[in-house]
Amino acid sequence: MSKRDHRPGVTRRAFAIGTGALAVSSVASPLPLRAQAGPIRVGLIHPVTGFVAYNGQQSRLGATMAIEDVNKAGGIKSMGGARLEAVLGDSQSKVEVGVSEVEKMNEAGVAAYIGCFQSPVGIAATQAAAKYNTPFLIDVGASDLLVSRGLKNIFRLKPGFGKCVDDGIAALGALNKAAGGAAKSAVLVHESGEFGTGTAKLLAGKLPSIGIEAKELIAHDNPTRNFDNIALRIRSMAPDIVMMSNYGNEYMLLARTLFQQKINVAGMFSVLGGGFNYKFVKEMPDVAQFMMDTNHWFNPRSAAAQALKKRVEAGGALFTFEVYLSYSNVMLLADALERAGSADKEKLTAALASSTFKAELLPYGPTKFTNGQNEGGRPGVMQVLKGDIEVIAPAEFASAQAVFPRPKFT
Amino acid sequence: MSRTALLACGGGLIAAALYPLLFGGSNYAVNLGFLVLFAAFLGQSWNIAGGFAGQMSFGHAVFFGTGAYASTILHVSHGWNPWLAWPVAIAAGAAVGAGIGTLSFRAGLRGSYFALVTLAFAEAFRILANSVPFTRGGLGMLIKSDPHPANLQFRDPIWFYYLALVLCVLSLALAWWLTRSRFGARLAAIRENEDAARALGINTFREKVRVLALSGALCAAGGTLYAQKYLYIDPSIAFGVDKSIEMLLVSMIGGAGTIFGPLIGAGVLHFVSEVTRELGGALPAIKNAQPLALIVYGVILVIIVGYLPDGSMGLFRRRRALPQGQGHA
Amino acid sequence: MSPDIIFAGVVNGLMAGGIYVLVATGLTLIYGVLHIINFAHGSLLMLAMYAVFFLFRPPLGLDPYLALPLVTAGAFLMGYVLYRGVIGRLSHGRDENILLITLGLSIVADNVALFLFTGDTQTIGVAYAGNYISLGPALVPLPKLISFGASMLICALLGLFMSQTDMGKAIRAVAKERQGARLVGIDVENIFAVSYGIGIACLGAAACLLMPFFYVSPSSGHVFVLIAFTTVVLGGMGSFGGALAGGLIIGVVESLAGLQFGEQLGQLGIPLVFILILLLRPTGLFGRQ
Repeated sequence: MSKRDHRPGVTRRAFAIGTGALAVSSVASPLPLRAQAGPIRVGLIHPVTGFVAYNGQQSRLGATMAIEDVNKAGGIKSMGGARLEAVLGDSQSKVEVGVSEVEKMNEAGVAAYIGCFQSPVGIAATQAAAKYNTPFLIDVGASDLLVSRGLKNIFRLKPGFGKCVDDGIAALGALNKAAGGAAKSAVLVHESGEFGTGTAKLLAGKLPSIGIEAKELIAHDNPTRNFDNIALRIRSMAPDIVMMSNYGNEYMLLARTLFQQKINVAGMFSVLGGGFNYKFVKEMPDVAQFMMDTNHWFNPRSAAAQALKKRVEAGGALFTFEVYLSYSNVMLLADALERAGSADKEKLTAALASSTFKAELLPYGPTKFTNGQNEGGRPGVMQVLKGDIEVIAPAEFASAQAVFPRPKFT
Repeated sequence: MSRTALLACGGGLIAAALYPLLFGGSNYAVNLGFLVLFAAFLGQSWNIAGGFAGQMSFGHAVFFGTGAYASTILHVSHGWNPWLAWPVAIAAGAAVGAGIGTLSFRAGLRGSYFALVTLAFAEAFRILANSVPFTRGGLGMLIKSDPHPANLQFRDPIWFYYLALVLCVLSLALAWWLTRSRFGARLAAIRENEDAARALGINTFREKVRVLALSGALCAAGGTLYAQKYLYIDPSIAFGVDKSIEMLLVSMIGGAGTIFGPLIGAGVLHFVSEVTRELGGALPAIKNAQPLALIVYGVILVIIVGYLPDGSMGLFRRRRALPQGQGHA
Repeated sequence: MSPDIIFAGVVNGLMAGGIYVLVATGLTLIYGVLHIINFAHGSLLMLAMYAVFFLFRPPLGLDPYLALPLVTAGAFLMGYVLYRGVIGRLSHGRDENILLITLGLSIVADNVALFLFTGDTQTIGVAYAGNYISLGPALVPLPKLISFGASMLICALLGLFMSQTDMGKAIRAVAKERQGARLVGIDVENIFAVSYGIGIACLGAAACLLMPFFYVSPSSGHVFVLIAFTTVVLGGMGSFGGALAGGLIIGVVESLAGLQFGEQLGQLGIPLVFILILLLRPTGLFGRQ
């Protein structure tokens, strides 16, 4: 290139483009409409593209189905039958984009937000929404950092991983006791991010209280290509229990590898095991058999949950936890709007804070928010038995008796 | 600089300063403006090494993350005021730049080899940040929200906009200086033909290490600003390949090695991204419409490259006779 | 670590390395001839994996190994057309433009997959997935052993092709001396397209070998990209024998480092090898000086 080339100087045209690009980028972008009378807008921020697109799409599915159902049932009656309207957002799994969506939706006049799946996006997005005191319902988002910052606008219906660990440990302790203390040691395999690391550390701290020694914590990256070596190490340590906290793909690969390598353990027990779902059970029935998971689950005795499951499956989708959690969050919001009789942010926040909403689909007690965390939320403990997923705890929702320890490979 | 150019620059600055007011205090518009200026600033930090000196990197996130983590660790774990931690973060970025530069240029890495080694450094830093205790590993680091100018946190996003504007203008000034100074001329000589530059008596090794340190310092400044705005960082956010790619993209789309290239590139890319994302959200009739937005984004990217081979800046440079298509280097 | 575990770790590493070799061979060929880093590599691998998945599903029910010739040929065609239609045409012969175009193509491919197939992870359940072979203390799943053997075979065939056929010789001529090749009447643009096609065909083969023990989702191709870069650099950019040795070395290093330092920190082995090789011997172990 010539010398002139990299010394273009500051011509008028160069300048015009330089600043013009700025102005154009905002003017030409369809600025959201201002709030208007009529429907109550609900901002749905999910990662529907990018690395966790599937989970985001599932959340969006659940939330939009719930909005349809609320409207079909006559909208918000205390507000003259006002309809809910979804404002769809895509965080693209990026923090900056999530925050951008919060700002955009604020100007579209949303009464509340629901999101965000990934905790880092949730942390930044709730912070941005707090400026406007707009309620933010966390449908999925495991990190307890979300509700530990004293923000008044955050509500999380589902239990955080602290609660899931406690309930999982209690269930495992009960199983082990009933089996005469068959399990004495465990190896924990977890993904290296915020969710897996936090869960595994909590678990390792609590295992001794039920008489199980945590032999080792094995962290792995996302994505991990190959679990052969982890299987090798597990075999050499010969633990009674393998516990796992990871996302779907790694959960599936690890389970399949341990099965193929015929590693004998008394049980495989995960907390928030990302791949524990109907698809896994259907496509790999042998691998899935006897695996246990502590996770968000629907109440199998609820007719409404079973009906929704049929509808979702009839549409060709899977009834995963994102679907019923996001669905339930819309219902929680509708209930609060009904009681507030207004979409006013302050009134709505107060109505949410004092909510005693009964999440029909979920095995929860009555809702009670403390610092934004629902104290009534709890996970289910499930086991794959004969090609289906059965709830084995808590007892009042159980649909089957657990098999522990599992039969050995021959 | 000519009188008209000066006037134009002043006008542009005033327009940018007034921009937030034009939209009646719309925080969405302000936030978008911030994103464009911020991307332009990061792009300029890339451009200084990748464009002006021809040392293309695929791993600039290594500097971004260093800055973000340095200031956040000092602030969160050691109680430093972020304003004081910021210069340290910048120095850390410069040090990492000088370190990577010394190692790579000492080994004589050029072109694709240099680009790949930066990618590997960013990946190594990401894994380290995931594994060592003082970054809190994969848990990430949360900065306590306490909006006050003294804490480098602002309740009103407009202040982040102006902060980004200041940084962006400083980086533009730096780029302008590179087109005028002896240092810049030496870098250009290195970019055009390194062996010839050495034959002319330029200490190419020293100049390249310097420019990478400078680039790293700027990029690290951006890292701190990011952490202070979003108040949370983790290893993938800080050292992820996405950030590296974005810096490279805005620069190359706008025109690498030009003063305004990164700014234009940032404007174009954010414009396209916002519009396509808006379309994706506005088409609920099509199930799963959002990926369409990114498909359109990708196609536009290919078209821009295909039809504006010099980047957008080429639009108004093309009239000058330039040597084109030197073939595969 | 006991010798048994080390042995098993080496075997596991070699099996993993077999796949790295294939993915990296495509990359190194494209680099050697075109001098570009193909950023679309991961995305094209992903598309090939979807092809294997859909061929396996009813109504066709084609076994991934039987699908190999078909998918490989399809991948070649796709690569050839992509180069002729998009990359070669729009790049104006500039390396940095090719880089941006492959980046753009990668974004398009990922999102086309997301749009058509959703983000859901897909696997195929072949009957022999659970079979394994005992090699001393190591248990090797049958599909991994097959993929290793097939990968070595494909590399040997490719080596023969490059050294024995006119086309192979022309590719090597273009890689070595582009202008000279043009002068002796070789259609250089055609060679570029063919080379790109062969590079992508390697991905097609890799996809067939991977699917019995891996999964596919719109982002699953990227899982192998950094490792392929590392392999290429280790072996020497543009060197076939290098990609072969590099892939196996990387597989074993990754495996043993993971065993010794834990999977997380063990991953550091890959960028470290990468950096050290570049700094100490940038032409790679087998590259020409």
